Order: sequence, then structure tokens, then C-alpha cells
Amino acid sequence: MGSFRVKGKVKALEGDNAVAEAMRQINPDVVAAYPITPQTEIVMTFSEFVADGLVDTEFIAVESEHAALSACIGAAAAGARTMTATCGPGLALMWEMLWIASGWRLPIVMAVVNRAFSSPLNILCSHDDSMGSRDAGWIQLYAETQQEAYDNTIQAVRIAEHPDVLLPVMTCLDGFVLSHTLEPVEVLPDEEVRKFIGVYIPVYPLINIEHPVTYGACAFSDYYFEHKRPLWEAMGKAAKVVADIGREYGNLTGRYYGLVDAYRLDDAEIAIVILGATAGATRVAVEKMRQHGIKAGMLRLRCFRPFPAEEVAEMLRGKKAVAVLERVAFFGAEVAPVFLDVATALYLRGIHTQLVNYIYGLGGRDTTPEQICTVFQDLADIARTGKAGPIFRYLGLRD
Amino acid sequence: MANRIKISEQDWKKLPIRTLVIEAGNSIEYETGSWRVFRPVINFKKCTHCMFCWLFCPDSSVIVKDSKLVGVDLKHCKGCGICASECPRQAITMEEESKFWQ
Repeated sequence: MGSFRVKGKVKALEGDNAVAEAMRQINPDVVAAYPITPQTEIVMTFSEFVADGLVDTEFIAVESEHAALSACIGAAAAGARTMTATCGPGLALMWEMLWIASGWRLPIVMAVVNRAFSSPLNILCSHDDSMGSRDAGWIQLYAETQQEAYDNTIQAVRIAEHPDVLLPVMTCLDGFVLSHTLEPVEVLPDEEVRKFIGVYIPVYPLINIEHPVTYGACAFSDYYFEHKRPLWEAMGKAAKVVADIGREYGNLTGRYYGLVDAYRLDDAEIAIVILGATAGATRVAVEKMRQHGIKAGMLRLRCFRPFPAEEVAEMLRGKKAVAVLERVAFFGAEVAPVFLDVATALYLRGIHTQLVNYIYGLGGRDTTPEQICTVFQDLADIARTGKAGPIFRYLGLRD
Repeated sequence: MANRIKISEQDWKKLPIRTLVIEAGNSIEYETGSWRVFRPVINFKKCTHCMFCWLFCPDSSVIVKDSKLVGVDLKHCKGCGICASECPRQAITMEEESKFWQ
């Protein structure tokens, strides 16, 4: 393949610092951000890099997240490689601008350090923020580890800027669980990161005096529809790009990434579908179940938008019972958002697996391998009896 | 209505990315005359060709030939009435558009 593996330097990094380190190496033209727990360390660390002259970035300290994303949109339209970071309520305040970033097809990369929505007031992890904005036309990657948070940040630049895609990307990492805990992270040499991301050539930059263009025109009933249609196209093409770039990154670093990440799934009879850091505890639970002769497996969704329906369906085909575990407080639907997509993917392909949905870990509650083992035991019962019982369940709730 | 901008007749695959308007000077393609509820009617017996209406018209819809006011571009006039309001001779009156459809 003519590729080679680069050996990085292993550092002890918290997730936020790993993201900031990747941002330093990416050296974006513009970063506009507002600090908010548990994302603060990204902005704090990166602004130190700016102050120390380690990056060429124009850092804009703004008065709110609405302003942060607005400034990023302006900068990206101007033709700058643009990044930001936020979490929970900050992402909520960006809401209006999320659709403008995707509608303008701006390749902004934003770290989302997942934080629960109030009320009650909470600063710890739930996926309420990114799940709430899952349909905003942003690509979403979810990290399992600090290493992946670092790796996803670098890959996200390539994904966002790919000519078939040109969509903003959220790189999600679990608040505190990943953002504030130390793990060894292999950091690539700066020049390898810069080679991997390449030089950014913007499409129709606003600051191009030779070829002025109009940004932000309105489109009513006559052609709003036609301007929205390409987003489905770009989102559809993004799946292949995410997979291709994950493979290319693997050829460089030895760490390969796909749309999904299967763990002991091939011969599994029961499986858990999950995203984010709790996939780590799930791996431990899979091993424990295997020690007891139960064929358990895991399917981790690394990429949630675009939703890898084909991969999910094919990998779950033939499983006797599957549990979708979600860290989200979402009200009104019969089940939670990941379940909706998984069930749709299976139904549309005629796959009839017993599916159950568990809500876990809200507001930062720890979810242990032992708890996940109880889910596998439930699945084993469902597989044996063929009876699913209640579809919607709570894991680790006092009741 | 017949008044549609040309770009909207193209399918989505031919549209420029991100709602961009790539070429300048294309607002002439956007025929806004269908918005009009009141139509400016010029009384040429009163008009002195002072050009106030031409100067104030926000849509460049006042047609001038050889330094004389000759009419209104009804494909683009939105019927805002600024011309009638500014005319120092009250030579322009705004009349209900529906009258002209009968």
C-alpha cells in the first residue's frame, strides 16, 4: 500500500487535553469558543497554545456559544480552517446556528464534551446535547477513549473538508469520564498530523476579491427545497469517507477506525449496541459473560451521523437478542434515539431480532461491568424464552 | 404565476453549493412584480420629468428614455408606493392591481 506506520510519543493526557493537543497540531486558522464545563480545558489549553505562540490561530474569545458558532461560520465562509468546542447547554445555545453551518456546507470541526441538560442542574455526562442535535446536518463521531478523542479530532478535519462531504463534524467525548481522566495517549509527530490533514483549499471563500459571491441569500418556496436536497446527498456520501479516512489513518498509525466497532460479535448470540466511553465497561462485561460460556458481543457505534444502517443490520443479523444502551433523557417517543435507528435498520432489511432498550448513566452516574452483565443475563433469558418482556428499561436506577 | 426566477427552474443538482449566488447582477432574473398589490399610474399631464421617482425607486423600476420618464417596469415593481409618495406634483397614484386584471 506504500503506507507506513508512524510511532508517536505516549503522553498521559486527559481527554480535553488530548483534543487540545490535536488542535495545536492541526493549527486551525480560526478558533472561536466559549468555555463551559466540562469542555473548559480544551479552550483553556488551546488559548495557552495561542498565547505561547505555538499556533498561528486567530483565537476569538466570544460572549456566548451562539456567538462562538456564528464567528466560526463567518470564518469558515471566509475560507478559514475553523474549529471550536462546546458541551451541553453551550451546544443548546448554538442551536440556531447548527443548521446554518450545515446548510452553508462549512467544514467546521467541533468537539462536544457530552454533558447532561438541566434540570436538575448537572455538569456530568449524558448524551442529551449531541443526541438532541443529531439531525442538524452535522456528522457525529463518538469516542470510546482519550486516544480516540485525539484521533477523531484529526480525522474529522479530513472528513469535513472532503469535497464529497463539506459538512461540519461533531467529535463527541463523554464529559468527565473521558474529558477529565488521565490515560496514555499516543500523540503523533506534528509534521505527520499536518501531512495527514493537508492544506485546506476552501470552496468559494467569501474573501476572494477576484470572484465575489453572495452568502446567506434567502430561498423561499421556490427553491429552499432544492437547496436542502444536497445535504441528504452529502450525508449519504459521508459514510464512505468516514470509513476511508479511518482506514487511511490506520495505515499511518496502526489504529484503524470504521463506522462501527465490533467486539467479539461474529459468533455472539446476544449483543449490546452502545456508543461512547461505556463501551469500555461493556468489553469487560463481554469477557465476563464469555467466561461463563455465554456468547456475548458488542457493537459500538463510532459514527452515529450518518447512521451506518447497512453495517448495523448486517452485524446484528442472526443475533437472538440485542440491547441498545443509551445515555440520554429523551421523552415522548416509545424508545430512545439510537434504538429508533437500529430498529429501523433491522426492520427495513427484514431482520427480526428481539430488541430491548436500556437508559443508563444519566447525569454522570457510573455504569459498571457488573451492571452490564445483568443486561447480558436479561438478553440470555430473552434468547432462551423468546419473550422480550418490557422493551424500555432503566439500568442502575434506584427503584 | 409566471413570475419565477430562472434558477428555480433548475433541479437541485445544478444549483450552486450552500445557497451561494456565484454571479453578480442577477437580481433582474427575480421578477418581483407579482408581489404588487397597488400599481403606480403616471399622469403625464402633471409630470415634469423631475426624476424624483427614478431617484427614489428602490427597485430601479422607473423607466427613463432620453431624460424623460416613460413608464414603470411592471415585471419588477413591487408597488411600494415610494414614487407616488415622493412625487412633488402628485402625478403618480397607486391603484389597486386587481383593477387591471379585469
